[in-house]
Amino acid sequence: MGLDVSSHLHPVGSFDLADHPVPNGREEVWRFTPLKRLRGLHDEAVLTGTDFDVKVEAPEGVVAHSVPSAGSERGASGFVPTDRVSARVWQSAADVFTVEVPAEAELSDPVFVTFTGHGTAEAVAGQLLVKVGAHATATLVLRFQGSATFADNVEIVLGDGARLTYVTLQDWADDAVHHSTQHALVGRDASLKHVAVTFGGDVVRHDVTATYAGPGGDIEMLGLYFADAGQHIEHRLFVDHNAPKTRSHVTYKGALQGQGAHTVWIGNVLIRKEAEGIETYEENRNLVLTDGCQADSVPNLEIETGEIEGAGHASATGRFDDEQLFYLRSRGIEEKEARRLVVHGFFNDLIRRIAVPELEEQLAATVEAELSKNVLRDASSLGSSATMVKED
Amino acid sequence: MSTLEIKDLHVTVDAEKDTGDGTGHKEILKGVTLTVKSGETHAIMGPNGSGKSTLAYSVAGHPKYTITGGSVTLDGNDVLAMTVDERARAGLFLAMQYPVEVPGVSVSNFLRTAKTAIDGEAPKLRTWVKDVNATLDALNLDATFGQRSVNEGFSGGEKKRHEIAQMELLDPGMAILDETDSGLDIDALKIVSEGVNRFRAKEDKAVLLITHYTRILRYIQPDFVHVFVNGRIADEGGPELAEELEASGYDKYVKAAAV
Ligand SMILES: Nc1ncnc2c1ncn2[C@@H]1O[C@H](COP(=O)(O)OP(=O)(O)O)[C@@H](O)[C@H]1O
Ligand SMILES: [Mg+2]
Repeated sequence: MGLDVSSHLHPVGSFDLADHPVPNGREEVWRFTPLKRLRGLHDEAVLTGTDFDVKVEAPEGVVAHSVPSAGSERGASGFVPTDRVSARVWQSAADVFTVEVPAEAELSDPVFVTFTGHGTAEAVAGQLLVKVGAHATATLVLRFQGSATFADNVEIVLGDGARLTYVTLQDWADDAVHHSTQHALVGRDASLKHVAVTFGGDVVRHDVTATYAGPGGDIEMLGLYFADAGQHIEHRLFVDHNAPKTRSHVTYKGALQGQGAHTVWIGNVLIRKEAEGIETYEENRNLVLTDGCQADSVPNLEIETGEIEGAGHASATGRFDDEQLFYLRSRGIEEKEARRLVVHGFFNDLIRRIAVPELEEQLAATVEAELSKNVLRDASSLGSSATMVKED
Repeated sequence: MSTLEIKDLHVTVDAEKDTGDGTGHKEILKGVTLTVKSGETHAIMGPNGSGKSTLAYSVAGHPKYTITGGSVTLDGNDVLAMTVDERARAGLFLAMQYPVEVPGVSVSNFLRTAKTAIDGEAPKLRTWVKDVNATLDALNLDATFGQRSVNEGFSGGEKKRHEIAQMELLDPGMAILDETDSGLDIDALKIVSEGVNRFRAKEDKAVLLITHYTRILRYIQPDFVHVFVNGRIADEGGPELAEELEASGYDKYVKAAAV
């Protein structure tokens, strides 16, 4: 049955759909996902919907266009589907939206690609290939909004010494379902900053893998998410250290509020035998703002060599810290305002590290908007002396 | 003018460990009576674990402590009926023994938010920035201090100086300083004491100085000294009582309390 997968950190991929049976939810990689709400993306749903539009704003020098799958460079990152959804996207999607930044280009402005869905009835398959040439510097912001049932495969290829900030912003309407499979190949001495910001959608599941094409590569993965009542937001990350002197640093932070808000963070890191002198650190922090939420957080480090600079991980899920609130309130600050300060503070350093000036204001405003849904609406109903859970 | 009146205050703490009596509560304050008026400086001195911080936290309204008897009023108003932030806006300030880290919230944002809350309106930007800089400067905190996250990565001395900076800027009528002197080297102790003395020099200020050591009383002259042992005030007097404690310590009070 299916592929022989001895460890989920050593998955065997296949382009053949027959190698990817329909998951039943008990598989390691699916056990957190509400399959029933995926609208058949993992099963048989037809993926040929066209009820969406894409807007592109690109500075000069960038080539951004749709290329038929057959004649495209898809697969350039070494991507091979390891699950049924991405295999189905590979089989179904007619085109690959390709963004190319020529070697040594220094983009003045970010490339913005905005996907707007106009309905959930027909599922859509998308493919994106981002190629940044050697020693080029670029920022790409991918924005998702509106309603959709959407599955996509994204490939990111960085040439030697290239630098890319890749932001994927899930600002979906409440009824969107988004399954995304992303794979990055980071060239020698290149650096990728991969940023995922997820606020909207009914089910959002992102599976991001990254590996190196040579030594000296640097991967930073930053994530910010805010799950409301009933929302399922899942980020699965896998950094495969397959080259020496590479570095990875993962920081994901999330807040949860409302009945049934569910977040999942899986942080897998594999340090292969040949990956000597590497450094890796991953952390996930969740702030639970109300009762009825669940945050699953699973860091996983597999080390095949002892010759490394450093490897570590941290994971913590906590409620509002009563001591912090007391400290702020003892200075006259009202409870709601104190809560607001703490949540903004929780996300602030992350927003600063994203360091895309065009987004900073919007992110702070979105955090504010999310807060006004719950935390600021009626702080007293949360109980001013709620028990505190603090882990470090 | 303001008057803080603490009468026969009994306080328990929600114990983390079983107290053995089935209540899960442990009585820490066993009837504390104390009146502090504007213009006065009171020192509360006592050994570790005697309940000094409990007294300070109870007056400030920390949720961990439960008042089981007695009263606290500020100019006749029931402090115990007020929320934590209402107490601060009524003019109470607590410089904490262990200030709390608030990651991602800058000192300058925190100070401005607190000032706005206390005054009921935002401070005038130009004078405010000047005041903040001057206050930080007087406490030997450099210009970049405002950009740091509240108490995060601060040294012990920075935390205490930051507490004093807040006191000076928020300008309460009544300041309770919980072991602000602990862990300070002599230079920092002098700087902090000068800050407290600047505050005391203003009109109608009251200070309740909680300390374990007599050292700080060389720089800040108290009008009254209270010896605090085992959840009660065991002795009271003028500044001379501090000198007596300096010479003979808390032993005789602790022994008496144990009987
Ligand atoms: N959260 C708590 N749980 C259990 N006991 C506590 C707690 N806080 C304080 N205590 C106890 O209360 C007593 C007084 O503590 P505290 O007020 O901090 O004393 P001081 O400030 O004089 O050193 C001590 O015996 C201490 O162990
Ligand atoms: Mg104490």
